[in-house]
Amino acid sequence: MSAITRDEVAHLARLSRLALADDELDHFAAQLDQIVGAVARVSEVAAGDIPPSSHALPLTNVFRPDAVRPSLTPEGALSGAPAVEDDRFRVPRILGEEE
Amino acid sequence: MPYDEALERFEPVLGLETHVELGTASKMFCGCPTAFGAPPNTQVCPVCLALPGSLPTANEQAIESTIRIGLALNCTIATWCRFARKNYFYPDMPKNYQISQYDEPLCVNGYLDVEVDGRTVRVEIERVHLEEDTGKSTHVGGATGRIHGADYSIVDYNRAGIPLVEIVTKPIEGTDRLAPEVARAYVTELREVMRSLGVSDVRMEQGSLRCDVNVSLMPRGSSEWGTRTETKNVNSLRSVERAVRGEIERQAAVLAGGGRIVQETRHFHEDTGQTTSGRSKEEAQDYRYFPEPDLLPIAPDPAWVESLKAALPELPSARRRRLQDEWGVSDLDMAAMHNADAIDLVEATVAAGAPAADARKWWMGELARRANESATTLADLPITPAQVARVTELVASGALNDKLARQVLEGVLAGEGGPDEVVDKRGLQVVSDEGELMSIIDQVLADNADAAEKVRGGKIAAVGALVGGVMKASRGKADAGRARELILERLGVQG
Ligand SMILES: [Zn+2]
Repeated sequence: MSAITRDEVAHLARLSRLALADDELDHFAAQLDQIVGAVARVSEVAAGDIPPSSHALPLTNVFRPDAVRPSLTPEGALSGAPAVEDDRFRVPRILGEEE
Repeated sequence: MPYDEALERFEPVLGLETHVELGTASKMFCGCPTAFGAPPNTQVCPVCLALPGSLPTANEQAIESTIRIGLALNCTIATWCRFARKNYFYPDMPKNYQISQYDEPLCVNGYLDVEVDGRTVRVEIERVHLEEDTGKSTHVGGATGRIHGADYSIVDYNRAGIPLVEIVTKPIEGTDRLAPEVARAYVTELREVMRSLGVSDVRMEQGSLRCDVNVSLMPRGSSEWGTRTETKNVNSLRSVERAVRGEIERQAAVLAGGGRIVQETRHFHEDTGQTTSGRSKEEAQDYRYFPEPDLLPIAPDPAWVESLKAALPELPSARRRRLQDEWGVSDLDMAAMHNADAIDLVEATVAAGAPAADARKWWMGELARRANESATTLADLPITPAQVARVTELVASGALNDKLARQVLEGVLAGEGGPDEVVDKRGLQVVSDEGELMSIIDQVLADNADAAEKVRGGKIAAVGALVGGVMKASRGKADAGRARELILERLGVQG
C-alpha cells in the first residue's frame, strides 16, 4: 500500500525546484514511502504520555544580549557570490513565465 | 462597482497582518547592526548570509519587545514555544528559509480597541509572533522594475535577519461601510502603541511598519465568508484605507458579474488606488514548516512576564482619556486633535506653560491651516511647542492680540527667530499708549463721519466699522476691545 502518491512527489519536486523525470517520480514515491513507514514506527513505541520532541537537549531560553558585533566587509561578504552587481548579490530571474 | 452599491449588496470581512521591524541595535540571530540606509551588504555576517557552519542565537531584547507588544495588546503569553523554519525558494533569504514561528506563537488571543466615527471597535488579535526580516531585492530589466518581467535581480542582505514582529488580527466582521476607516484606525492605533512602547520607530515610509490587507465579501444576509485576497505591503495609512475600499469595489464587481474571487496575493498601486493580481497564494503546507533545530525553545518565566507587564507605559488610548479629562475638551475636539496628530504637540505646549484651550486653539487653528497650506504635518512645522506657549503668554499679558499673534507665528515659521525676536523685528506690539490710540480714533471718526453719526444716533452696531477702521489705521496693533470702549466714550454713547 503506497501512502505517498506520484502527484505528491511531483508537487514536492516543484517546491524544491527539482526536475524529476516520470520514472523518477515512481522511483522516489516508493522510496519516500519506505522512509515515512520507517519513521512512523516511532509512534508505535511512543505512548501518549511521551510528548513529541524537536531538540535533543533539555535546554530553553538560550539568548544573546542585544549587542552589535562587527560585520563582514562588503568585499568579504560578496567574495563567494557567483555574480555581483552594485555591491549586491546578482541572482537569476526569480519568477518564471508561468508564475 | 461604486462603493455605496457594493455595500448595499455585500458585507466586508477584514483581516490585517502587520509587520513591525523592532528597533534593536543588532539583528535577530546575529550581532550585525540594523541601521536603515547603510550601503548594500555592509551589515551582513556568516550567520545572516547563511554561510555553512554558522549558527543563530536569539536576541534577548527582541524576545522581550515581542512579549511587551503582546502584553500591550492584551494577549496571553506562551509559557513555551519554538521557532519554525518556513521553507521557500526566494533569494530574499540566503538560507532558502526564513526563521519564523508557526503553530506556537509567542503571544495569542489579544485585542486592540480603536475609535472610528465616535464608536469603539474591538479588533481581536489572533497572534503576535517573532520572525526575521528578509533582504531587499531590486529587479532589473522589464518595464516596471517589478519582479514580473525582470531579467534578473540583485539583492542586499542588510535587512535580512532584522527582528520582525508579525501581528495578525482575527477576521473583523460587522464594520460594514466603515471597513476602510476601521483598517486605517487599527494601523494608526497599533503604530501609536509601538511608539509608546519604544520598540520600533514604526516608519511606514521606511518599511519598519508594513501592512497586508485581507478582504473578503459575503452577500447581505449570508453568514458564510467569501474567498479572501491579500493585498501586500500597503505602505501608508492612507493607502490602507484606499486598498480596503478599492478591493471591496473590485470584488463586488466580480461577484455581481457572476464571477468568483481567486485566493491570491494582490499588489496595491499608490497612483490609482487599485490592486492588481500577483502570484496565487501558497498553501501553508507548501512552506513545509518544521521546528527550527538550530534554536532552542523559548520558555518565558512567568515572573519575568509579570514584571514586564507591571512596567508597561501608559498606553495611547489611556493617555488620550487622561488628557481629554485634564484639558476638558469634547470627544469631537479630542478626535480632531488625534486625527491631526496634534496631541503630543498640545501636550508639550501645555507643559511649556500654555493653557490647554489656547494651545489647542493655535495648533488646531492657525498652525493647522499653515501646515495644510504648505502640505506638511504639524510636527514638521518649523515651530516648537515652547514657542507656541510663548505666543499664548504674550496674548494673555495683552502684549499681543490674536491678529498680531498670527503675524508672530508667521514670522517664526518663516525663520525670523523666536516669538520675542519676531515681535521686536516686526515691531508688533499692541498700542497700549492711550494717547496714541486716541489720536488714531479721532482721525478715524473724522474720516467716517457718517458711521460716527449713526452710532451717536443709537445704532451701536455701526461701531464695528469704526473699530475696524482703527485696527486698519494701527495696522492691527490696537487692542480692539479698548478701541471700542474709547470710541463709544468719545461719541458719548453707553456701550
Ligand atoms: Zn549578521
